[in-house]
Amino acid sequence: MAFVVIQFLNGLASAADLFLVSAGLSIIFGVTRIVNFAHGSFYMLGAYLAFTLVEGVVGPALGFWPGIVAAAVAVAILGGLLEVTLLRRIYQAPELFQLLATFGVVLIVQDLVLLVWGPEDRIGPRAPGLEGAVSLLGHQFPRYDLFLIALGPIVLGALFLLFRRTRWGILVRAATQDREMAAALGVNERWLFTSVFVLGAFLAGLGGAVQLPREAVHHTMDLEIIVEAFVVVVIGGLGSVTGAFLASIILAELNAFGIVIFPEVTLVLVFLVMAVVLVIRPTGLLGRPEFAIRAASGVAEPPITPQSEAARNWVFAGVLGLAVLPVVADAYVLSVATEIMIFVLFAISLQFLMGISGMVSFGHAASFGLGAYGAALMIKHAGAPMELAFLAGIGLAALGALVIGWFCVRLTGVYLAMLTLAFAQIAWSVAFQWYGVTGGDNGILGVWPAAWAASPIVFFYLTLAVTTLALVILRRIIFAPFGFGLRACRDSVLRAEAIGIDRRQVQWLGFAVAGAFAGVAGALYAFLKGSVFPDVLAVPVSVDGLVMVLLGGIQRLNGPIVGALVYKLLQIVLASYTDYWRLVIGVIIIGLVVAFPQGIVGFFGTRLDALLVQRRNSP
Amino acid sequence: MSKAICGHRTASGKQQTGTLNMLTRRDFLTAGAATLAMTAGSPRWSAAAEPIRIGEINSYSGLPAFTLPYRNGWQLAVEEINAAGGVLGRPLEVISRDDGGKPGDAVTAANELLSREKAALLVGTFFSHVGLAVADLANQKKVLFVAAEPLSDALTWEKGNRYTFRLRPNVSMQAGMLAEEAAKLKAKRWASIAPNYEYGQSAVAAFKRLMAARRPDIEWVAEQWPALGKLDPGPTVQVLAEAKPEAIFNVTFAADLTKFVREGQTRGLFKDREVVSLLTGEPEYLDPLGAEAPIGWIVTGYPWYEIDTPRHQAFLAAYQARFSDYPRLGSVVGYAAMKSVAAIITRAGKVDSELMVEAAKGVTLETPFDEIMYRSLDHQSTLGAYVGRTALRDGKGVMVNWRYADGAAYLPGAAEVAKLRPAR
Repeated sequence: MAFVVIQFLNGLASAADLFLVSAGLSIIFGVTRIVNFAHGSFYMLGAYLAFTLVEGVVGPALGFWPGIVAAAVAVAILGGLLEVTLLRRIYQAPELFQLLATFGVVLIVQDLVLLVWGPEDRIGPRAPGLEGAVSLLGHQFPRYDLFLIALGPIVLGALFLLFRRTRWGILVRAATQDREMAAALGVNERWLFTSVFVLGAFLAGLGGAVQLPREAVHHTMDLEIIVEAFVVVVIGGLGSVTGAFLASIILAELNAFGIVIFPEVTLVLVFLVMAVVLVIRPTGLLGRPEFAIRAASGVAEPPITPQSEAARNWVFAGVLGLAVLPVVADAYVLSVATEIMIFVLFAISLQFLMGISGMVSFGHAASFGLGAYGAALMIKHAGAPMELAFLAGIGLAALGALVIGWFCVRLTGVYLAMLTLAFAQIAWSVAFQWYGVTGGDNGILGVWPAAWAASPIVFFYLTLAVTTLALVILRRIIFAPFGFGLRACRDSVLRAEAIGIDRRQVQWLGFAVAGAFAGVAGALYAFLKGSVFPDVLAVPVSVDGLVMVLLGGIQRLNGPIVGALVYKLLQIVLASYTDYWRLVIGVIIIGLVVAFPQGIVGFFGTRLDALLVQRRNSP
Repeated sequence: MSKAICGHRTASGKQQTGTLNMLTRRDFLTAGAATLAMTAGSPRWSAAAEPIRIGEINSYSGLPAFTLPYRNGWQLAVEEINAAGGVLGRPLEVISRDDGGKPGDAVTAANELLSREKAALLVGTFFSHVGLAVADLANQKKVLFVAAEPLSDALTWEKGNRYTFRLRPNVSMQAGMLAEEAAKLKAKRWASIAPNYEYGQSAVAAFKRLMAARRPDIEWVAEQWPALGKLDPGPTVQVLAEAKPEAIFNVTFAADLTKFVREGQTRGLFKDREVVSLLTGEPEYLDPLGAEAPIGWIVTGYPWYEIDTPRHQAFLAAYQARFSDYPRLGSVVGYAAMKSVAAIITRAGKVDSELMVEAAKGVTLETPFDEIMYRSLDHQSTLGAYVGRTALRDGKGVMVNWRYADGAAYLPGAAEVAKLRPAR
């Protein structure tokens, strides 16, 4: 019994940190609708700054408690600066686009931390007065954990008072419930957004800073917390601080007791919980369903029309140009071009899901990875030839998308996106742990193309043919009645259903189509690399896809082509030339975001269209 | 290594600051190599002495605490080799790439190194899955691959191939070194904690297997499998303590290790308990713990401050003179990996993949630790590791009462290798 009590307290101490970070994230999302990837960076900066200030690495040592608070304040200021200088410029962009900017910040901070604090882990001091442990029910319980246990409810209480008892809090709640209405009533949105960002960053910075006596301060802290923080926010209900509090306790306690019974559960627990919660309660524990109905589309865009002749000629010229590439390029350039085409295909399938069908996916890697694994498993376990394995990959991806889609189309907006993430992580952990079948994290080796396709030139042409064919088919689908149905469901569920479209049926099928095409890309990728590892199912692949689609312009048919080309090319080329790849690409992404708030193709497309209209109208 | 959100791949190496123009960069590289050679007081290469190009890949951005000292190590080796006249009368030129910890990116980088940079062979990698991906590519392309750091047994056994050789002692060898010491302990009730991936699992499995052979009387009473980088310290330590083990086998490292050690010490988990811990004595992982370093743990590691063999003294002096820093284990691995490459090419007498593979089988060379050999049996080198206990000295963790465990003593014989390593 004593053990149960102590373990419960342990869970509460772990929950405190999760709560601090996710509360800030939830508040920021609630008001600004920004999916703030950089929140993990705030957390990490909080820890590093606290280390520096407490230890007095630069300037005088502030001592522990003042150092912690100063670090959180410093992060809050950074958060405010970020909002004022960067995010404020792009609120008018389509929703989710801000995600791209925060992703750029993540990359920059990762390298800056390395540059400023060096590669080695740092260990901060113990909290003065709270070193050591007290004896509790015959167990040694750290004093500092008692402080953390108290900190959670204290912060919750303070936030409660802030939101209920101050005018600022009332405005925040108003904006969380209905941003447009709040703005229409004369609330100064600019100031409100900035202050919310400052508060959120403060909480994240504090969360990082109070880890000083427990954690090593290290340069992957940001990524270790951010996904989990999102999960907490979604389980709790977007914008709900109390929900985040509940969810962090539930997750921490489930983990604390889960590892007693089933220690291996650590890998997947949070995502299993999220999937279950979202299936039962589609808007989280305390969330309200009123917003995020049109998550991906934002302001009214002109409907997609079949390509103008000029645009079609451009695409045709591009394919033709690629077809003669092997004449001038060496094997390496061909393999890079092949990889880029594969990601173009992947990005197109994601754009079909996000832009056309209006279902944002944070877990599109699931389809990509299942495509790769389907092909690899067929080769490993059935000794099948490449052609058959290829089909198996597509089949597995489509099947996976059917299963995942069946659950996901019951949700909307960010909840849907997070459920896709949950399924992708579950698929990842299956691939990661099922040694007998998938080879676990040692992966499946020897997935090379058949002899006839082994040369880089042939495989290049194969990929070009498959990608072009897929592009044409997807275009056909988009302008077929089914594609119009998808767009109708995206733009207005009510009207679509009123004219007799079975929304769930149509979206489910759309989900499966997108999954199948991502599977094609995954299978090609497996043969290009010759081996498959759980990485193909992991978060970075999903994020890369998002970045490509958003970079190109979510509502543009050619957006993902340009986005994938630019992003992948930058990745591969910069990687060869600089140690600080992330810093450079982060800066470039932010530059592109500010310069092209509609995406690259969106930007040029809009101007091109205007030009064409002008020319047509002129005598 | 954790599954990071943000992919990244960066190149590395101080010679890597060329412009986007390929030609310029290549000229620059050659110039860089020549400068290095001259500063080291070596003969000027004749125009005919075209450098031997070595393709090097590692997770520079993914695990900088290990890979940056590793890079220093191989740079020192290259400078020494070139100062001494190079290999086969030609200087070595290393073209280095970052895989960001991702196997797919490592394959891209390897392809670039082979087809564009015309690398004669590949060397490097840290993570096991990245090492396996590159090994499979090497097998496909029929080029030599000297894996520096990946520890997975599979690399040279279950998934071993003709073209892949490995420098560092694998998981089973290191577990064997520890089991030898652990078997002498009185403890009968054991618990384990390891990161939840292949490295952690195979380490625990190997240790259990080896302990069972030596000590049939012990029992395993608890196990914990935190996800890499996500160890939840309080609850995890509590569960281990609740099982009341007499000894703990630990495989966690880096940030997880720090959390585990700090929390365990606060809660008295290590009081009157033996802890046997893989890799913890390596400066990469022990030094960040500072004054909180654990005391009395049985670990594998690298006590660079006490090894006084002439071969290590020479390495230490050269390293400290060159970098004004002390070497980490990664430095030794990088240094020995590049020396291995030189020894293999010298023995082959020609830069040719098949000849180099044959030459690599049974090649011997000096490393800062010992003279090592790459076994022709399974392509595993006999490099060993230092085994000792941790202690605190001047507010820093150190290894004491250590000994060098020669890797050869922990490698299986021909009959067992035949079972472990399927003929292909």
